Amino acid sequence: MENNILLKPGHTACAGCGQAIAAKLVIEAAGANTIVVNNTGCLEVFTTAFPETAWNVPWIHSLFENAAAVASGVESALKYLGKKETTNVIAQAGDGGTADIGLQALSGMLERGHDILYVCYDNEAYMNTGVQRSGLTPFDTNTTTSPIGTKSTGNQRPKKPMPEIANAHGIPYVATASVAFIPDLQRKVKKAIATKGPKYMQIHVPCPLGWRHEPGATVTVARMAVETGLYPLFEYENGVLISKRQIAPKPVQEYLKLQGRFKHLLNNPDQLKLVQEVADNNIKKYGLKAEAQQQV
Amino acid sequence: MKELLEGSRAVAEAVKLCKPGVISAYPITPQTHIVEELAQIVANAELDAQFVNVESEHSAASVVLGGEAAGVRSYTASSSQGLLLMGEVIFNIAGMRLPVVLTDANRSISAPINIWNDQQDSIALRDAGWIQLYAENNQESVDFHFIAYRLGEDKNIMLPVMVCMDGFILTHGLEVVDMPEQEKVDKFLPAYKPLYKLDTAEPMSLGLLAGPDYYMETRYAIQETMDKVLDMLPKISAEFKGVFGRDYKDLLVEEYMTKDAEKVIVAMGSVCGTIKEVIDEQRAKGKKVGLLKIISFRPFPYERVYEALKNVPKVAVLDKSVSLGAHAPIATEIKTAFCGKKKMPKVISSFVAGLGGRDITLESVREVLRRLNQREVCLDFIDLKPELLKEQYGE
Repeated sequence: MENNILLKPGHTACAGCGQAIAAKLVIEAAGANTIVVNNTGCLEVFTTAFPETAWNVPWIHSLFENAAAVASGVESALKYLGKKETTNVIAQAGDGGTADIGLQALSGMLERGHDILYVCYDNEAYMNTGVQRSGLTPFDTNTTTSPIGTKSTGNQRPKKPMPEIANAHGIPYVATASVAFIPDLQRKVKKAIATKGPKYMQIHVPCPLGWRHEPGATVTVARMAVETGLYPLFEYENGVLISKRQIAPKPVQEYLKLQGRFKHLLNNPDQLKLVQEVADNNIKKYGLKAEAQQQV
Repeated sequence: MKELLEGSRAVAEAVKLCKPGVISAYPITPQTHIVEELAQIVANAELDAQFVNVESEHSAASVVLGGEAAGVRSYTASSSQGLLLMGEVIFNIAGMRLPVVLTDANRSISAPINIWNDQQDSIALRDAGWIQLYAENNQESVDFHFIAYRLGEDKNIMLPVMVCMDGFILTHGLEVVDMPEQEKVDKFLPAYKPLYKLDTAEPMSLGLLAGPDYYMETRYAIQETMDKVLDMLPKISAEFKGVFGRDYKDLLVEEYMTKDAEKVIVAMGSVCGTIKEVIDEQRAKGKKVGLLKIISFRPFPYERVYEALKNVPKVAVLDKSVSLGAHAPIATEIKTAFCGKKKMPKVISSFVAGLGGRDITLESVREVLRRLNQREVCLDFIDLKPELLKEQYGE
């Protein structure tokens, strides 16, 4: 039977869901010889409500925090069966399932050297449970558990540097990607799949419901995150930064003004300055500014 | 071949004979010797398996879940806090009908932290959907692993099995064990043929969301299967006897001198050895006493217990765990066995002993028998130290 659609339409994701787009791009790039292990979260819920499934590859969901460990078991079983050489294993989760509750299992998976691609779909909060902040929620974001108020301008801490944490494990490949840059995203997935050992990818995926933007603006919003320097796109190979998407940095307001979750910042110059510092630090750290850097 | 072996070593050898392809564990006392032995066995290429050292018990259970879902026989072992940390995955494995086998080196639960034996850890997970078999000695510890895989992987069962062996008492105790030849184990336990697995040749989704329209039936199905296990255990026991020569009768309970007994103690695990010694001693004095050993705690063999105890005037249940704020776990089941029945003992007294490794001595067991001469007790503790109970804290 010829059926190349590996994540089929008809699932129940919200209109404009960045994660749904990215998940489809990832599995298409990885191909049909892939087993997917999914943490609990939006992606799991909207693709596999019994008795239906949108997945046309072998797929398993166990719990919120253990995709990396379950995938380790799947990969070990494939090794035992002599099938690992011909089968890819992807573990995937949201940002909370990756950077918070699933971090220990992920660290174990990376440290043990399993031949698995771990994909974090980063929509920057616990969207499945109603937009609570996670370790990957940006600084000053208004969420249901980091609300703005007379004493608060939103989430008090910057995003946990997950790609750097993954990279510190000494793994062969780490990359960030964005649902706004499709060829780049799929190239990175293919590269990761072709690389032996543990790989970590983090993909920026807007959530119209949680970020409060129009469903049709998903790609625009994602692109602006990259172009302001708030979501740098880069690749580490064996610990070495080998590429970054260079930008002519736009002021962070251009990104913030598109989303309800940052609305409170627009008339607050002090806080805007702090958010701009986050972008500036990224630009400096990864050498994102086009004219100042040689292309790698 | 009969060998003098430490319990952990014997179990590791038994697991080797079962040929699991994925083994994963995290160290915790008193489980450690089992997984150390297995690591060495794999390192020596005596067993072709992937041995996955993980960063927590939660991941150990998750790794064997993944291995089993990919169609490979998988094994893990834990104890106490480790088993509780696995707890979430333990429920998940049963719900997904994955016939993992786990050895629990039974140990108490913190706080206070205590590494010694009681049965609180596995009892705390009694509602998880796992079959639980409790070993009295190391021959049973060994044999129950062959039985666990044979039973759990049966296509009519497809449930995980926990083999419970008392920490230190069995895991670190040396006993003569008859270790079977590989051919016999292979004959009894065929290669694992999963009903479903993760396979790119036949894509399938496992672990789906089930809403109110579907969830209850999945739980009902496990409950129904547990009833089948009660019928299956005697059949598997007969198969086992045919291959290995050892007879575990119905594999649900063991009756020791119960036929004419006026007093019977009900218990589970290694303490049954101590109880048998007291029974022999009392029988020699002409006292009609006996033991009902529970082997299968989940599923619980209510009918079988009823048959064994219906004509016994006085029953004492000895628990090595508690359900704080309620009656003791085994005692609760024993009493339930007589619900709506015509016959029942005049007295069913419940005693808790041996928590946190406090020795249950011959004298403790004699005390239990003596207490059966007194009024029925709903729940009492044996061998408490009154001087410690008097200590006062605070104001």
